[in-house]
Amino acid sequence: MSGHTPVQVLTPQTSGRSPSRWLASIAGMRAWLFLLLLLAVFESWARISYGASFVLSAHNAQSIAVFAVAPLLLALGETFVIIAGGIDLSVGFIMGLSAVVAAQGANLAASVVPEFPAMLAGIAAGLLVSLVPGLVNGALISRLKVPPFIGTLGMYGVARGAAFLLAAGTTVPVANGWFAALGNARVAGFPVVVVIAAVFVLLMHYMLSQTRFGQHTYAVGASEQAALRAGIGVGRHTRRLYLLSALCAGLGGVLYTARFTAGAAQAGEPLLLDSIAAVVIGGASLFGGSGTIFGTVAGSLVIAVIQYGLVFIDVEPFWQFVAVGVVIIISVLVDQTQRRLGGDG
Amino acid sequence: MDVPGQPILDIRAVSKRFGGVEALKGVSLQLHPGDVVALAGDNGAGKSTLTKIISGVYPADGGEIRLDGKPVHFATPEAARRAGIETIYQDLALADNLSIGANIFLGREPMRRVLGVLPVLDRKAMAAAAKETMARLDFHVDRLQAPVGRFSGGQRQAVAIGRAIYWNARVILMDEPTAALGVPEQRKVLALIRGLKKEGRGVIFISHNLQDIFAVSDRIVVLRRGSLAGERRTRDTSHDEVVKLMIGG
Ligand SMILES: Nc1ncnc2c1ncn2[C@@H]1O[C@H](COP(=O)(O)OP(=O)(O)O)[C@@H](O)[C@H]1O
Ligand SMILES: [Mg+2]
Repeated sequence: MSGHTPVQVLTPQTSGRSPSRWLASIAGMRAWLFLLLLLAVFESWARISYGASFVLSAHNAQSIAVFAVAPLLLALGETFVIIAGGIDLSVGFIMGLSAVVAAQGANLAASVVPEFPAMLAGIAAGLLVSLVPGLVNGALISRLKVPPFIGTLGMYGVARGAAFLLAAGTTVPVANGWFAALGNARVAGFPVVVVIAAVFVLLMHYMLSQTRFGQHTYAVGASEQAALRAGIGVGRHTRRLYLLSALCAGLGGVLYTARFTAGAAQAGEPLLLDSIAAVVIGGASLFGGSGTIFGTVAGSLVIAVIQYGLVFIDVEPFWQFVAVGVVIIISVLVDQTQRRLGGDG
Repeated sequence: MDVPGQPILDIRAVSKRFGGVEALKGVSLQLHPGDVVALAGDNGAGKSTLTKIISGVYPADGGEIRLDGKPVHFATPEAARRAGIETIYQDLALADNLSIGANIFLGREPMRRVLGVLPVLDRKAMAAAAKETMARLDFHVDRLQAPVGRFSGGQRQAVAIGRAIYWNARVILMDEPTAALGVPEQRKVLALIRGLKKEGRGVIFISHNLQDIFAVSDRIVVLRRGSLAGERRTRDTSHDEVVKLMIGG
């Protein structure tokens, strides 16, 4: 045989013009496009009906931002979990548990130390308690091979019961000026909670897009087999993911307590759906392997704008659930269509 | 590491039994740098078992495997891979959503520091290594950031092989690498095997396809019911002779 080796050119199969490539290239952007569309709709409505601007109102913008913080925090952790091919259904009640424990921790500490360290104690207590369900989720899924859907659904129940038991079935008020300021004060005109969320967004974006941890999260979501063969400790990585998700929910709980100066077991109950919706609307696939933090940010804003906007135009509040539900379904359909056309999306 | 005249891989009288089945009855095989050995034989001849023993999937019951002249015992496929023996599987074990570079470096990603402090993934270094590695296999990549899921089956094998040679695999095992591929893709895989030969790696590939075997191999090792039925230099034999060795008689 001759030693002649033909030169091969490695070109992705899908050509530059095909609709699937075009669809795939806007996958990361579709939530932002959708957000623009929503804002345009509400803006026109506001102009026509009230002769006022929806978007250019500082009050509206701020309300939407504050509104988006809690579901966004849950969604940030959920983004990692979903990219890795899992799901965490327990985040809503982990948030409630953390809110209750943060309030109780701050109250308990206030009897021995001044308000500021008491607040810090409350924050620490809320974050630490959230690690417990996170650890259990991770162990169930990685060591006992419980499917994430089932394991975290069980934890949903356990965290919910624990939060209500600790709170004795009621809300736990906190009389702590520092804590209230954390939830309601502003820095340079911006609500503190929004600033905290923004910093957290940057941190999570960095983790997902620039570190090995993020890279391995994508790999595990695409193929556990590939990740294992590359020497990635998939079990350990999974445990870290559920810990991260729980910690995000814990932070959500702490900020809830700060904002309402009370911890409530049901603080995050409606946010489970919102947070998963934010991730999916943001372009992540429930099959794992794709998604971005900024997509999730856009997804959270879409939901906040829908919810706030519907109130703004005076629609019966229950329509919010319908609207968010419809948007989730549309997003999943778009994702499936992209997978079918693009092979991977 | 390559000592002139010394085989990279020296398999001596390896045997393996599964319950009552003697899958291998003392098979020997030598592989030198730049050698391409085709492993042929009928179904159940023991070809897959032999490659699985080499790659650490099964322990051998008898015989010896020497790597660079030193006896080795691989407890796991990871151990074999660390020693430089890589198996390219049909399902490839690539992360489809990551680029070629990210797949090559998966689990061992290079980092750089932004402004001297913040560690970030060094995507440029990964892309550059991907380009260079694929070029060594005569594959020229024109879209370095595209996820490998967008590439065809043969191209993805190239990526898997690229990863293996980047991490200095010296022995590449391929079980039916062209099965389940279309004809143009089969050609690419054959070109890859030639690329590996040019790189001085040792290749053992299993194939049923005599065209492929004669197109790229230097030697043909034929197994029959667990025994060595014959070994021929490819240029000294014919399709007819190989078929006769395979079916016996
Ligand atoms: N894991 C196993 N357990 C039991 N028998 C096996 C196993 N693997 C292979 N065999 C047997 O060993 C023999 C050789 O098989 P194999 O190496 O797969 O042959 P080939 O790849 O040449 O078709 C066959 O009789 C097969 O049934
Ligand atoms: Mg076989």
